[in-house]
This record gives sequence, structure tokens and C-alpha cells, in this order.
Amino acid sequence: MKTPCTALALAACVALAACGSSDQKNFDKSTEYGPSPTLPEPTRGLLPNMEVPKVVGWQGATPTVPQGFRIEALATGLANPRNVYPLPNGDLLVIESKKEAKEPIERPKRPVMAWVEAKAHGGGGGGPSNRILLLRGAAGGKPASQSVLIDHLNAPFGVVLVGDALYVADTDAILRFPFKAGDTRVGGAPVKVVDLPAGPINHHWTKSLTASPDGSKLYVGVGSNSNAMERGLDEEMNRAAIWEVDPSTGAFKVFASGLRNPNGLTFYPGSDVLWAVVNERDELGPNLVPDYLTSVTPGAFYGWPFSYWGQHVDPRVRPQQPERVKAAIPPDYGLSSHVAPLGLAFYTGKSFPAQFGGGAFVGEHGSWNRPELNGYKVVFIRFENGRPVGTPMDFVTGFLKDGQARGRPVGVAVDQAGALIVADDVGNTVWRVTSNSARP
Amino acid sequence: MSEVYTHRERGVATAIFPIYLLLFPIPVVCFVGALATDLAYSASAYLMWLHFSEWLIATGLAFGALAALALLIEFFGSPAIRRGRLGWTHLVLFYAALIVELINALVHTIDGWTAVVPTGMTLSIIGAILALAAAGTLFRVPVTWAARREVMP
Repeated sequence: MKTPCTALALAACVALAACGSSDQKNFDKSTEYGPSPTLPEPTRGLLPNMEVPKVVGWQGATPTVPQGFRIEALATGLANPRNVYPLPNGDLLVIESKKEAKEPIERPKRPVMAWVEAKAHGGGGGGPSNRILLLRGAAGGKPASQSVLIDHLNAPFGVVLVGDALYVADTDAILRFPFKAGDTRVGGAPVKVVDLPAGPINHHWTKSLTASPDGSKLYVGVGSNSNAMERGLDEEMNRAAIWEVDPSTGAFKVFASGLRNPNGLTFYPGSDVLWAVVNERDELGPNLVPDYLTSVTPGAFYGWPFSYWGQHVDPRVRPQQPERVKAAIPPDYGLSSHVAPLGLAFYTGKSFPAQFGGGAFVGEHGSWNRPELNGYKVVFIRFENGRPVGTPMDFVTGFLKDGQARGRPVGVAVDQAGALIVADDVGNTVWRVTSNSARP
Repeated sequence: MSEVYTHRERGVATAIFPIYLLLFPIPVVCFVGALATDLAYSASAYLMWLHFSEWLIATGLAFGALAALALLIEFFGSPAIRRGRLGWTHLVLFYAALIVELINALVHTIDGWTAVVPTGMTLSIIGAILALAAAGTLFRVPVTWAARREVMP
């Protein structure tokens, strides 16, 4: 009996999926970027769209960059490199990170989702993860040395150096290590600055970190514990928010909220405006909701979970909160749906052509929640007068080949020589992009 | 008249019917329970009730699949159950309940309110009615079908 039953259900799914895909074909892709992207009606078939590429690795190949640029691997064989942080002396920190704890299974759907996510990630390298590596002499291409700077961290992601202090955002706390640029070891045990929301669920676990230009405050991104509050509001206490932390006392306040999974926290060069890339919610259709790049207004509420892109109410969330929806503001710039932006770097170097100056590189980890894969690349968005303009330009591509994943970009950074550094946590590689016309 | 069936009902089909009677009530109870927890969720928006519904539907489908398999074997093995309309009515109602609840399980994977209101709860009502109706047909099972072992020599 299983067979006819399954066949019937499949027929129903196919019928629904067919409707979905025709909608998707009619969707004008050029309208999904920028300050007011097209927002189709929410749809979902019987099954959420789940499409993850098989992980095959690079096998000696390299990503593709535009003409006039060159890309090479700085380090390979890593274990889930998720973020990169160039130091002022030319050294490069590579943050290897992996969430070890499993989420509780409160509904039958959960193990299925966990399995899909694990599949999208491949093996993730065999070696030990959750540590920070120091690459020295990387400016010329191959680093002269690679050493473990800090080991046995707990799913670290964000890193920021302020004077003689290296702040590391583990998934459950911000730690301060005595360290200055040029050191090859940290000068002792860490001091905990503040606990961050973590287990037992800890769904969005990457804690992005930056410091204000004067170094007096830290900003940390704390992602939500759910897709759309389906684990209850209690689990979202101080989550889906960016915190402002006083590094000397550990006192914090919520700096901005309603940001489902904010990452890539970066101050725009020469300003005191904080920017972030945000992963919006899933299962409202392949072209909804666009992930976004936005400047973060202090005290603002960006809608999650009650509404998206300003005041578009999410029908799944109960009880609804019309008062909060009324206060929700839209973000600045849509990146298109489900691209999963996790890295953001403004181009502050001199070696790339002039149009890149002040623009944003965004590392798009890639989709799992739409039939046609989206993201899996690093895009560049031009800025004029401190605001994003135009449509994103594909900058580093080739992470997908024939529907299979060779890698997935995550954190991005611009190093002292003006090269773009990309962490690839599925290819287990750190890439460096230089301009052919680069001054040595 | 029982003599007519005796020899053909030995073996698997004879053993399977009691097993079927043991398995069949589990999905019925689960699907009716899921309707109750759907109603509780729609009245409270308390997510625990949604999770109850999801587990009840999943459990009902797991045991329902085993029961459906047992019923299929019974149908292959026993001419008595195939004779007349009652056996077929029971089978169609029960299988229909399982198909509706399979779709219902997928609808219930939505993250929140729209998992239940309105589609999930509608399917829960239909599935529970079908399952209860299938159970109702068992009240009228003839001696040649339900109790054939007693009439065997």
C-alpha cells in the first residue's frame, strides 16, 4: 500500500511544484535586487523546496574571477574555514569553525532538515576545527608559515583586533585575548567579556563581530533560533539582533533588532555607519524573502519575525503584533532570495580599478530553499556617496559546476595589499584575488 | 457455509487478521488526537500543540503503513474479505484516511500558524472522519470474515 499512497502524494507534490516553477519562470530576475525588490505573494508547495548540490570539492580547479584579476589558494586542506581577518602587519587570521552540538528534535521535520543541511556541507575536512590559524607572509601568494594561534574554541566566527586586544566571538561568548599585530602567540588565557545566547538550540550560531571606529564599543550579530519564530518567542530573547557591547564592562544593549541572521558587521570606511548582511526567512517561496545588505539604524526594528521587508506581515507568526510591524523599517538593498550572505567587506585597497573603491564584496554561501540554486559566489556592489547602487556584479564564481558544489564562500576581507580574501568552508580553502595590474 | 473457506484461509491470512486488528486502532487514535491538538493550537497559538499534532500524525502514519500492509496481505489471502462490499469499503476508507494524513503531515511542516489554519485543520477533520468511518465498518464484519478461525474444523 505504501507505493500507491506515496505515488498519490508525489503526484500532488508534482502538481504543486509545477505551479511553483512556472511562477518562478515568469519571475523577472532583474527586479530582485536593490532598494525595492519585487516581493511575490508567499507560496509553498506540500514540501518546502529543498535543493542542495552534491559536494565534490575543487580537485585542483580554482574559482573564476573577472578578466584582469587572478585567484590563487592561500591555504588548502583546512577544516571549515568560515572567516578571515587580515591584521595590520600583513598577517592573516583564518577562523575554522563548526557547530558541534546538535539541535533538539522538537518536531519530526527537524531531523530531515538537519540531514539536508549536513549534505550541503559535505565532510567539512577531516582535521580539527574550531581554532584560529595565523598565516604569515601571505601577501606574495603562498604564506611562508602557518601556525595555530588559538585552539579549542567553541564555534568561533567574528574576530576584531582593538589595540592590544584580540576579541573573538565564540558562539556562546566574546573572549578577549592579549595579542597585537606581529605576535605569533596570544599572551595568555582569555578573559570573557560577555556571554552570548547559545545552546541548547543555537540555530543560527555564527556570531559576527566588529568594533566601532574608535574602538570603544563592540558590535556582535546574534542570529535567530528559528526560521520564523516556530520555536516560540521565549527562544528568541535578545536574538535576531545586533548587540552593542562595552568591552571593558561586558554591559550590552540591543543596538538593532528584527534582523533574522545578521552577519558581516562592518563600519563603512571613514564613517560611523554600521553595515550588515542579513539572511531572511525561508519557506515562503523561491523568490521570497530577499536577503539583504543594509546600513543599521541604531534602535531600529527590521521586522523579523512579524514582518519582512518593512511591513509585509508573515502569516505564519502568531500572535501577530501589529504595533511592532508598524514600527518595522525596510532594509537598504536586496541581494535576491536565499543567497545566504555571510560575509561583507568594503573595498579599502588601492590595487583594484577605481570603480571598486568604497564598494561592497558580499560572500554568498548559497541557497538550499529554492529549486534553482542561488548565491554560491562573491558579488560586488558599487557604492556612491556611501550608498549601494546598481545591480550586483558576479566577482568570484565557479563554486558550482554542473549542479555540484566545489566550494561555498563565507567570510570575505580586503588585506593590506588590497587583495580580496575569501574563506571557502566547503572547499576548505582560503582564496586570494589580486588585480593583474596590482602594484607589488 | 464456513467449510467453503476453511482450506484457503490457513497460513498467513489466518495469522495476519489479529495483527491487523491490533495495529489498526493506533492510526485511528492518532488521527483523532491530531484533530484535537489542531483545535487546541488554533485556539491558543501555543506551539506545543502544533508539535503534538505533528508527532501524532507521523506516528499514525508509521503504524498506519504497517496496518495497511497487513490489510493488503489479508485481502490477498482471504476470499471472504474480498466478497461483498464491506471489506472493500473498509479498505478504501482506511487507505483514503492515510493518504489524506500523509498530505496533512506535509502541510504540518509549515513553520507556524498556517500549518494548521486553515488547511491543516481541514485535512485533520477529513482524515479523522475517514479513519473513524473505517473503524465503524468493523462493527458489521460477518462471522465468515472476522472470526473464521473459530469456524474452522
